[in-house]
Amino acid sequence: MSSISSSATPRPAIQPVAIPWRQLQPWLLFGAVLAIGLLYFVGTEQGVFHLIGGSSVHEFVHDGRHLLGFPCH
Amino acid sequence: MLSPRSLLIRGMLVGLAAGVLAFVFAYLVGESPIDAAIAFEEAHADPAAAGEPALVSRTVQSTVGLLTATLIYGVALGGIFSMAFAAAYGRLGQLGPRATAALVALAGFVVVALVPFLKYPANPPATGSEDTIGRRTSLYFLMLVIALASLALAIYIGRSQVARFGLWNAAIIAAGAFVAVIVVAHVLLPSIEEIPEGFSPIVLWNFRLASLGTQVVVWTALGLGLGAVVERSLRREAVLTASA
Repeated sequence: MSSISSSATPRPAIQPVAIPWRQLQPWLLFGAVLAIGLLYFVGTEQGVFHLIGGSSVHEFVHDGRHLLGFPCH
Repeated sequence: MLSPRSLLIRGMLVGLAAGVLAFVFAYLVGESPIDAAIAFEEAHADPAAAGEPALVSRTVQSTVGLLTATLIYGVALGGIFSMAFAAAYGRLGQLGPRATAALVALAGFVVVALVPFLKYPANPPATGSEDTIGRRTSLYFLMLVIALASLALAIYIGRSQVARFGLWNAAIIAAGAFVAVIVVAHVLLPSIEEIPEGFSPIVLWNFRLASLGTQVVVWTALGLGLGAVVERSLRREAVLTASA
């Protein structure tokens, strides 16, 4: 039984340490804004709202929009 | 210690990989029901509208277009997912990075993908009316917001009950509260029933299964991927600290 520990390399135990909220807040905001901006173009641009004229964005990501579950035409 | 900045970057890179996997799955499983739906659309189209030149060809839509969409989707979700992970890590008892990432990804899949899908499932081409896109989009995002708010409520309830009932029972109470709010919302919100007469139910089922499967691929890749990446870097850091 004692041979098990001798053959295995000792692994340092990792104690989970939380990131303080203060440090996290600006990044949470930045991450959320970035994600919403990206998702807007994949998901709904040229659906209900139009930032860019025509329907080139809509047509280009068409299959992804349907398969990712966004409401589409 | 983990920095939010490095987590965000790693999350987006893991998301990029998740986007590639999602593309492979969606292309192999999802394209055939889409083609079948488009064939139905063309067979039932107004003859006056037929013969319009396509702005983007089907080949581009099903390859580069689909890949672009899944990559951007993966990067966006990966970024926000890593921030949810950053908030959860170290706040879920003794759970390490892999277990935390898996749990956050499971919650993300249920809240962001499954719950809105069960009320307003993904629809293939030819099954939605142009006139109701505004209403359908509003209802879909309303359902998503309700799901996120229910998650926040469940976390609040769970945390407030831990001292009294212990971690396991508090988690059951929180999950019960989440399910209760979602069931009420699903019953109260209006349904959308626009599938045209004669549309193959098999194509519809296959399409929706492919759509849900794509979400499973994305969230599984995010959860397992970020967990593995963070675990590795923390181990490396621990070894360096130990040997220093």
